[in-house]
Amino acid sequence: MAWNDTRPLSPHLQHYKLPLTAYLSVAHRATGIVNSLAIVLLVLLIASAAGTPESYGFMSGIATSWFGKLILFGFTITLYYHMANGIRHLFWDVGHGFDVEVAKKSGKVCMAAAGVLSVITWLVALAA
Amino acid sequence: MSNFRTPLKKVKGLGSAKEGTSHFWAQRVTAIALVPLVLWLGFSIAALPGMDYVAIREWLSQPFNAIVMILFMSAGFYHARLGLQVVIEDYIGSHGPRTAAIIAVNFAAAALGVTGVFSVLRIALAS
Repeated sequence: MAWNDTRPLSPHLQHYKLPLTAYLSVAHRATGIVNSLAIVLLVLLIASAAGTPESYGFMSGIATSWFGKLILFGFTITLYYHMANGIRHLFWDVGHGFDVEVAKKSGKVCMAAAGVLSVITWLVALAA
Repeated sequence: MSNFRTPLKKVKGLGSAKEGTSHFWAQRVTAIALVPLVLWLGFSIAALPGMDYVAIREWLSQPFNAIVMILFMSAGFYHARLGLQVVIEDYIGSHGPRTAAIIAVNFAAAALGVTGVFSVLRIALAS
């Protein structure tokens, strides 16, 4: 049967501008998937360290290349964002922070926390 | 033909059996555990004086670091397994591929988690 209802579908992704909170929700899932990849790579790195200097050299060579560091910087952002937004979810779980304005504000706090924690982590790494 | 099965008959064996919240609960408990664990991981790796073979093994030889790393891997893989299951359930509609993907995630999480824990122990217990 042909679809002849001409009214717009809502919220249709091509017509409806998603609010910030919706993008943050998508980001929570996306960063969760990326973090699953990160923990796999962490295991590979530690497994190589449990092996020979050669096996570890291969893995750490990738990790400490400029491209590896770029990926690692990405992982710090995804880990800290998912952690901060996860805390936001825990507050929702116990019934706090559902007002639109509060949710917007807490979302911005999560983004800021991810950025600030990542920068501090890398400053520590550069100083160490 | 109308359906003569009662609603009760349909849900028996498929319902919550009072364990409907176990996935939700395990997700939250591991989430809470992972908050300090992620902060520890990020900042202690950042604070390492070097990333060479000796330095990383020296670090994981410390009992505290080995224990916390094993806790991180246990909670992390459990949490990832639970989260990826939800993603699969949301996006894979047909029953067969969905079940296959969930089983694959379970196997991968178990295999990689055990590999990680074993690797930490091998470094920590090496004399």
